[in-house]
Amino acid sequence: MNHYPPFTSRVVPLLVNDIDTDQIIPARFLKVTDKSGLGAYLFSDWRYNPDGSPKPDFVLNQPQYRSGAILLAGSNFGCGSSREHAAWALVGNGIRAVISTSFADIFKNNSLKNGILPIVVSAADHLLLSALVRDQSTVELTIDLQSQTIRLPGGTTIQFPIDGFSKTCLLEGTDELGYLLRFEEKIAEYEAGHR
Amino acid sequence: MNKPLTLFEKVWNSHLVTQEPGSPAVLYIDLHLLHEVTSPQAFTGLRQRGLKVRRPDKSFATVDHSIPTLDPSIPMTDKVAAKQIEQLETNCQEFGIRFTGMHSPQRGIVHVIGPELGLTQPGMTIVCGDSHTSTHGAFGALAFGIGTSEVEHVLATQCLLQRQPRTFEVRVEGTLQVGVTAKDIILALLAKIGVAGGTGHVFEYTGKAIKSLSMEERMTVCNMSIEGGARAGLIAPDDTTFEYLAGREFAPQGAQWEKMLNQWRTLPSGDGATYDESIVIDATELSPMITYGTNPGMGVSVTGSVPAPEDIADSSSRLAMQKSLDYMGLIPGEPLIGKPVDVVFIGSCTNSRITDLRQAATVFKGRSVPSSVRVLVVPGSQAIKRQAEAEGLDKIFKQAGAEWRESGCSMCIAMNGDQLDPGQVAVSTSNRNFEGRQGKGGRTFLASPLTAAAAAVTGKITDVRTLINH
Ligand code: SF4
Repeated sequence: MNHYPPFTSRVVPLLVNDIDTDQIIPARFLKVTDKSGLGAYLFSDWRYNPDGSPKPDFVLNQPQYRSGAILLAGSNFGCGSSREHAAWALVGNGIRAVISTSFADIFKNNSLKNGILPIVVSAADHLLLSALVRDQSTVELTIDLQSQTIRLPGGTTIQFPIDGFSKTCLLEGTDELGYLLRFEEKIAEYEAGHR
Repeated sequence: MNKPLTLFEKVWNSHLVTQEPGSPAVLYIDLHLLHEVTSPQAFTGLRQRGLKVRRPDKSFATVDHSIPTLDPSIPMTDKVAAKQIEQLETNCQEFGIRFTGMHSPQRGIVHVIGPELGLTQPGMTIVCGDSHTSTHGAFGALAFGIGTSEVEHVLATQCLLQRQPRTFEVRVEGTLQVGVTAKDIILALLAKIGVAGGTGHVFEYTGKAIKSLSMEERMTVCNMSIEGGARAGLIAPDDTTFEYLAGREFAPQGAQWEKMLNQWRTLPSGDGATYDESIVIDATELSPMITYGTNPGMGVSVTGSVPAPEDIADSSSRLAMQKSLDYMGLIPGEPLIGKPVDVVFIGSCTNSRITDLRQAATVFKGRSVPSSVRVLVVPGSQAIKRQAEAEGLDKIFKQAGAEWRESGCSMCIAMNGDQLDPGQVAVSTSNRNFEGRQGKGGRTFLASPLTAAAAAVTGKITDVRTLINH
């Protein structure tokens, strides 16, 4: 079974560089002890006024973007705090892929573990996608992890890199902890040889 | 002859358990620190799979993020936070993990107490579900932040799947001038390389200016490595390191100490070891730094002014700068000195150690805080609090009009009620000036304890050098 089959979706543009995880989910929402329900707090301070009413000009509040499963973000997405709550909040909003020119390391790790594909594209391709979404907000892209491509309307494709291990994990739904547990013997051996 | 290895490479190589072709390395972890915010879901995961904690003896937990900094005998009013704290205690009891709770005399910010208790040692691999785990790199340990899934991995296997990062030498030569501190070194580095300059790398800080820093100052530098995108930042262990560690509760003792000392002395990067990237900074030329924007890379000399977005060629960076200045309520070209402040926060895992408090106290002594300004001094641990009180620092702060609190993360992350009101301007010794980090709508200017103290006693952003008697 393919755990990350190709999908087609609208694109939510959030073209700001260096979006930190404090923006993705502010710290005051981190006092919970489970993972579910965090979607409501995604980009909370950008999305809602102090009285809780939605800010109409924020992308996620605009009806045409509401069903978007692809986030198109500026460079260095997910910098700052290691909170995996950022990935959980994105998942809670139905986001399954984030496209950027670069990602912060910890966020990238966290997103892969939660079925979110971090897609790195070149600056030129990023410009192309940004222009496309700006000109036509309802444009849909198809993400195909198997062939590592983003397909644009009209058939143009953009190739993206991903390391083989992460790709296999996403496609086969491999759980990293399960993989690690298989090394029990090696770990015991290592421990025997060290303090 | 073999290529001389860097400090990072030595620590990495000695912790490799195994690696399958095409897969990340299985890296052994010597010390796993835990706190209340990023651990509950990991313990839930263990229970769901019926797994145990493989090495409770290599795990250590504390509560710091959401605990109140007022009188600890008053019950917590935030019931959600209180439940999260209770949950950690229950989890630690169930899985046999050492735990320092609310009423423990050893309690403090996780990155302050690890070193303070001697848990943090050279050559170790150290992780915590917290990005400022980079702090522990000051001891020549490979220390980095992880997500909650990885917390679960380490609990279950004492290992992590890791791809080998690249190396980046940050050489700091020269001598810091009066009024200029370790915090200014790291803010200057971030201003040069930006918040993504170290992504995919680990920093190694080298050079004469780094060598001459105390352990507390080295921790300040390593702490903010993550702010440059580097998950870890290391400093070679030396006599300063060993003197700090000797005699601490969990440090090796007796013959074991001598044995470890010999090992630790082999850790520094070999002569001629090479790095993938490097940068040189001259400490002599640095002045006190302050940030003006909404990420830690947006910093200038305190004597400087707010940069103009139109001077930036790249359009997305220009937009980011404009957005930042709008949030901060700043006008391009406006000088930073003289800007009125509402709040000053002295604390956080960056700058809450005894030497930070001593430095701040030199500025507070004999001066008073204007009535319009609120000043919070929050020690990094209960041990630091006791030490500061023994030295009479608390009296200096209180006499000047500052609030003297119990230890914790406090206004660094504003989870415990210590927070800014919308629009308030704060000079803070913490590490992040992200939008809303210190309270929704709050505006944070990051600086050293000296610069923060200068803002506290003058009510505005001030060059601390004008207050120091030469
Ligand atoms: S003091 Fe701030 S940065 Fe440090 S651990 Fe606490 S919340 Fe994180």
